[in-house]
Amino acid sequence: MELDPIASRGESQRDLARAPADAADGAGPRRGCSVTVEQLRAYYGEQQVLKGIDITFPANEVTAIIGPSGCGKSTLVRCINRMHEEVPGARAEGRVLLDTEDVYAPKVDVTAVRRAIGMVFQRPNPFPTMSIFDNVAAGLKLAGIRGERMRQRVHEALRAVGLWEEVKDRLGASGAGLSGGQQQRLCIARTIAVEPEVVLMDEPCSALDPIATLRIEELIDELKARYTIVIVTHNMQQAARVANSTAFMLDGELIEHAPTNDIFTTPRDERTERYVTGKFG
Amino acid sequence: MQGAAPAHRNPLAPAPGARRRRLINRAMEGVATVAAALAVAVLLLVVISVLIKGLPAINLDFLTKNPAPFGQRGGGIANSIVGSAILIGLASAMSVPVAVLIAIFTSEFAGRRTAGAIRFALDILNGVPTIVTGVFVFGLIVYGARQSGWAGGIALAVIELPIVARSAQEVLELVPRSLREAGLALGLRRWRVVLRIVLPTAAGGLITGAVLGVARVAGETAPLLFTSSIFSNFGLTTNPAQAMPNIPVTIFGLSESPSPSDHAAAWAAALVLIAFVLLLSIVARSFHERSRSRLRG
Amino acid sequence: MSGPTSSALPRRSELLNYRPRLADRIGEPGLRALSALAGVLAVALILWIAETVFNDAGPAITKYGLGFIGRQVWNPDANGGVGSFGALDFIYGTLVSSLIAMVIATPLAVAIALYLTELAPRVVRRPVAILVELLAAIPSVILGLWGILVLGPFLGNRLEPFLHRILGWIPLFGGIPSPYGMLTAALVLTIMALPIITAVAREVFASTPAELKEGAWALGATRWEMVRMVVLPAGRAGVVGAVILGLGRALGEAIAVTQVIGNTPQIQASLFAPAGTLAAQIASEYQSANPGLGQASLIFLAAILLVISLLVNVIARLYVRRVSVR
Repeated sequence: MELDPIASRGESQRDLARAPADAADGAGPRRGCSVTVEQLRAYYGEQQVLKGIDITFPANEVTAIIGPSGCGKSTLVRCINRMHEEVPGARAEGRVLLDTEDVYAPKVDVTAVRRAIGMVFQRPNPFPTMSIFDNVAAGLKLAGIRGERMRQRVHEALRAVGLWEEVKDRLGASGAGLSGGQQQRLCIARTIAVEPEVVLMDEPCSALDPIATLRIEELIDELKARYTIVIVTHNMQQAARVANSTAFMLDGELIEHAPTNDIFTTPRDERTERYVTGKFG
Repeated sequence: MQGAAPAHRNPLAPAPGARRRRLINRAMEGVATVAAALAVAVLLLVVISVLIKGLPAINLDFLTKNPAPFGQRGGGIANSIVGSAILIGLASAMSVPVAVLIAIFTSEFAGRRTAGAIRFALDILNGVPTIVTGVFVFGLIVYGARQSGWAGGIALAVIELPIVARSAQEVLELVPRSLREAGLALGLRRWRVVLRIVLPTAAGGLITGAVLGVARVAGETAPLLFTSSIFSNFGLTTNPAQAMPNIPVTIFGLSESPSPSDHAAAWAAALVLIAFVLLLSIVARSFHERSRSRLRG
Repeated sequence: MSGPTSSALPRRSELLNYRPRLADRIGEPGLRALSALAGVLAVALILWIAETVFNDAGPAITKYGLGFIGRQVWNPDANGGVGSFGALDFIYGTLVSSLIAMVIATPLAVAIALYLTELAPRVVRRPVAILVELLAAIPSVILGLWGILVLGPFLGNRLEPFLHRILGWIPLFGGIPSPYGMLTAALVLTIMALPIITAVAREVFASTPAELKEGAWALGATRWEMVRMVVLPAGRAGVVGAVILGLGRALGEAIAVTQVIGNTPQIQASLFAPAGTLAAQIASEYQSANPGLGQASLIFLAAILLVISLLVNVIARLYVRRVSVR
């Protein structure tokens, strides 16, 4: 797996008018973008919670972020799709490159960032006043995709997350009527319907039962063929199951980032080792 | 990862329609801003009208003299000011203690359903049109007899009661359970706990509620129409057995008159009233914030 | 055995052989009884008001019965001075003026509530919120005074002729422009109802679950799109409750309306024409109602007003309660 996707692209930036979503029409595997974080610092008011993070999330791979509560892992992913700044008084400095484009560049439209970088949350949050169909279609409508094309994408997304068989007869029913696991898959469908480049997941299974968790982990494994996935998790077995590489954070700093197997068997930093063995032992 | 690699694309390129969405967003923010500005503008319009038209007529005479006899100029609204003060005093003396008692009942003694029923009743009472309250007191006391300061005071008290009571209920409920339990654990009977611990702790909030009630009834005209509106407008009346002159009814009467000098006097009296009410409201609200935050610790 | 009178805390010796002190024996049940009495009063007052008002409307109720609601006449001099009365003109005026006020106030209030909770820069929110609340603190007689001397003339001399010129073919704007009539009253009611609807709507919008808003943000919604997708749908029921509460306020307003509506018992299509409402009519005849049928009819109006506003208020409260529990 490439860890330096920037080197793999020799061409210069072109084709600004082309909507990124068009690139994914058809059944071929779709290349996601890599995410490179450079010197990211994040603050809540005066308090600094990220102290200069440098990390690259390779394209079409699953990277897990682990660490104790309060270490800043949620803040890190929220800075990637610029959700962090929605909190009053919060700000971030540094660069976050989607392939080679900095999402924090002054002229960048925040809504474009969030269309390209999707997010799934800890607790499933389907829109309660919308039907299942409308939930998945929500992002598409925002992007101006309507009619037959929208319908196709909704169906594809529901199939991709494995919900299609379960809900195809009740697409008009409310999203709130599903089980927790189904709701979370609905939220994932909603996220991928707009064909983002990256999918961020902030502890997506922590509110779910083990069976639902397993289904979602299988889904993550399938999705990585088309998207770059970053998953925050406090469950190290989960990281071991789904992630190509894992990053360990502590107190707002990135301590170590390595292939998952290495992190758990031969961690290089002793803090990593303490955390990993403490959780396992 | 294959090389059906499309021509290199910028993942952050604006989607078609992004500009339109941004414009709509701006437009909606504009609409909301205009609405808020409209409301503020109306407030300012009214207050500034009162200020500009009322200020010229305000002078020491206006505030300290009674109205001039028929046809003569000069004079003031001193009797209305005094009368209003007496009416508000009567109303508060009657309603505030009862309101606090109601609040004590619902927060200390009553069961949950009874407390809920009383809260509901108070909210409903709050919604009774004030003119109907005036008719009620009229039927009770004035009919067959005559208007009086007592009648006016009672009508205002009925209106003030639910306001102060609901506020007092909220305040008493904010007093931490642990304070009451500490008192009970020391062996105090419940009534002493209420009187010596709960009430003093809530005192600030209770006063605020009373002030808000006063601010509200100070401006009420409708209940006084049937109870204290036909008064001798030329001398100072301090006996509540007679109808008391008061500011709202005076303004009302002056506003219905065709004479411009009456209108000028109406604006001036309105200035006095609005200054009083707005001041009380602002003071009460800032007190409210402070005492609430102190209660929450 | 008694401790120092300035402290209520019992001493150890008292605790060990505790006998209820005299003060406690009176105080405890005394406070309970007194406060319970007050509680009863709160509930009893409404019943008392209703009973008294209906009682005093007796002569009119006996004479007209429920048909009073459908009678369109208000003539104190008919039948040799006894008078002939009916409530229809005023019921119509009450409903129409309040309805117009709701139609204008609701979108404004929703917009302002959204402004205060989502769309305004944070620094501005508190001051504007306070200003809107102060609008509610203006006594109605002062608003009415302003209506008589400022708003009415503006409407009668400027706005209404303009509307008449442009839209006069619509019956609503077809009458002769007049400073005092249905339109002026409806606008004054709008000003009075607006702060109430805004305050409740603000609370409703502010309680939108954050996770739903985040879901919308994460899909790349603009601020307005987020409001449209999440805040407004979630707050729909609460806003309805807010509007009903505002309606209750508008229905019962007597003073400001009587000052600007013209107090004419009539039903006209034109918004410019003078009209009357239940509350305003009662306020306008407080001095001159002839005892007997005239006064009883006036109080009958008050009884009808009481029933209408109680109904609206009860519905509003129950609705708000149901919505906030969910």
